[in-house]
Amino acid sequence: MQTAIAKPRPKIDNVNRGFWDNARAQKFSVQKCAACADVHFPGSPVCPRCLSENQSWVEISGRGTLLSWARFHRAYWVSFRADLPYLVCLVGLEEGPLLVSNLVGVESEDIIIGADVDAVFEKVDDELTLPKFRISG
Amino acid sequence: MNAFHKMKDRIAVVGVGNTPYGNFPDTDDYGLGARAFRNAVEDCGIDKNLIDGLLVCRVPHYARMGEIIGLNPRWTIQMPPHGRMSGMAIIEAAAALDGGLCDYAALIYANIGRSRRVNYGGEESPGVWDPWGFTSPGAAHALMFQRHRALYGTTTRQLAEVSVAFRHHACLNPAAVMKQPITIDDHEAARFITEPLRLLDYCLINDGAVCIIMTTKERARDLKKKPVMISGIGAREAFTTGSIGNFDLNFWHDEMQDVAAQAYGMAGVGPADVDALMCYDNFSPTVLFSLEGLGFCKQGEAGSFVEGGTLKLGGRLPTNTDGGHLSNSYMQGWALNVEAVRQIRGECEDRQVPNAQVVQYCGATPCSRSIIYTPG
Repeated sequence: MQTAIAKPRPKIDNVNRGFWDNARAQKFSVQKCAACADVHFPGSPVCPRCLSENQSWVEISGRGTLLSWARFHRAYWVSFRADLPYLVCLVGLEEGPLLVSNLVGVESEDIIIGADVDAVFEKVDDELTLPKFRISG
Repeated sequence: MNAFHKMKDRIAVVGVGNTPYGNFPDTDDYGLGARAFRNAVEDCGIDKNLIDGLLVCRVPHYARMGEIIGLNPRWTIQMPPHGRMSGMAIIEAAAALDGGLCDYAALIYANIGRSRRVNYGGEESPGVWDPWGFTSPGAAHALMFQRHRALYGTTTRQLAEVSVAFRHHACLNPAAVMKQPITIDDHEAARFITEPLRLLDYCLINDGAVCIIMTTKERARDLKKKPVMISGIGAREAFTTGSIGNFDLNFWHDEMQDVAAQAYGMAGVGPADVDALMCYDNFSPTVLFSLEGLGFCKQGEAGSFVEGGTLKLGGRLPTNTDGGHLSNSYMQGWALNVEAVRQIRGECEDRQVPNAQVVQYCGATPCSRSIIYTPG
């Protein structure tokens, strides 16, 4: 049943499948190289540091720091129109990688860059769960 | 000394041309490109059949472009439709000319995005972050500017100085798309697109084309106008930290410092010698980042540096004297390089920087570039 216009979905492939499988199980993961232990996100077919193909998606804390945020007042996808204005955040994970997500449970007036954040999981449907972030504490 | 520094003053821009800028549904990329090419050929008075190098950017197909303008070059390159390509393209053409791969190179850029309703960041280009609604290049600049505010106290009124200065220049440029003057208060009252950025922080989307003809110093002497020399070039990519498109956590500062060292070192000048700056301005914050990266001010100080009309004609550093992407035309860096050439030639009339001897192009992007132009 799809009454609303569908939002864009991740393009799942052999590289990123582990991330989305883990997210569905409410686990936040990054890609880790078995050869040199480099962790990175988004995934890559080889380790960007040592070029090994021996990599896996390992669960991490989901904790990080809020590095920036922005609030969309324009919907580039029609399917986001009902959400306007909505917040996106830039998170620096404890383990190093950066990622963009949504900040939930907060108004823009309350947001402090540098705040601790942690991952929460928003189930879209049986196939897709999106990791998002909230201010810790 | 870097080996490429020996290219200093050996390659010249000899011809520039452009179409009008606006909304042209009755033509296409090729039609616009051909018109810009014809204007550049007329500008330098060259027999077009001497042109044996062709670079196209945002033109759909190099071979069709060559067919349309009747050329069989011995050097051809097609570049993707990204703004960062303009500086890259001019540097690649200079290297090809210096290496003798061609004698005369025509570089053609065409953009038909306005009349074809291109939606930058929508369904046409879904990326990694679209499931979270993070889309469009401007949003990346919103994240960067928000961080710049938090780290350095930069204000949106300071950011407004960029848009206000460039609009002032556009009002002096008969070819510019935007003709209404704006104030800092107008900027502050404009609607948000991706907060904290507002409509007046965003570039235009319009149709148009630009052509640049380049050759060696020796061959340049036989052409109509005084050549404009490429005196300095600098380049550095930021790919390994590029998972968020058009974004850098440190505002491409390290890359731009590297670019500055290369370009100023080659040209034998520094920021204090620059008479006019042509700064890639898809979104206004990148101008602040460029000023810091090139060393016009320290990191974090661009907000106060631009206050009080620094970037306006008559100010300390006239920047984007044609109005830039924000107010002249969205020619993705190409029109800014043409403006640099016209400033050196003294062809800019009401917006002319008196006695412009050193004009610098720069773009702080995942492929940062700078080019320093001087009179031949």
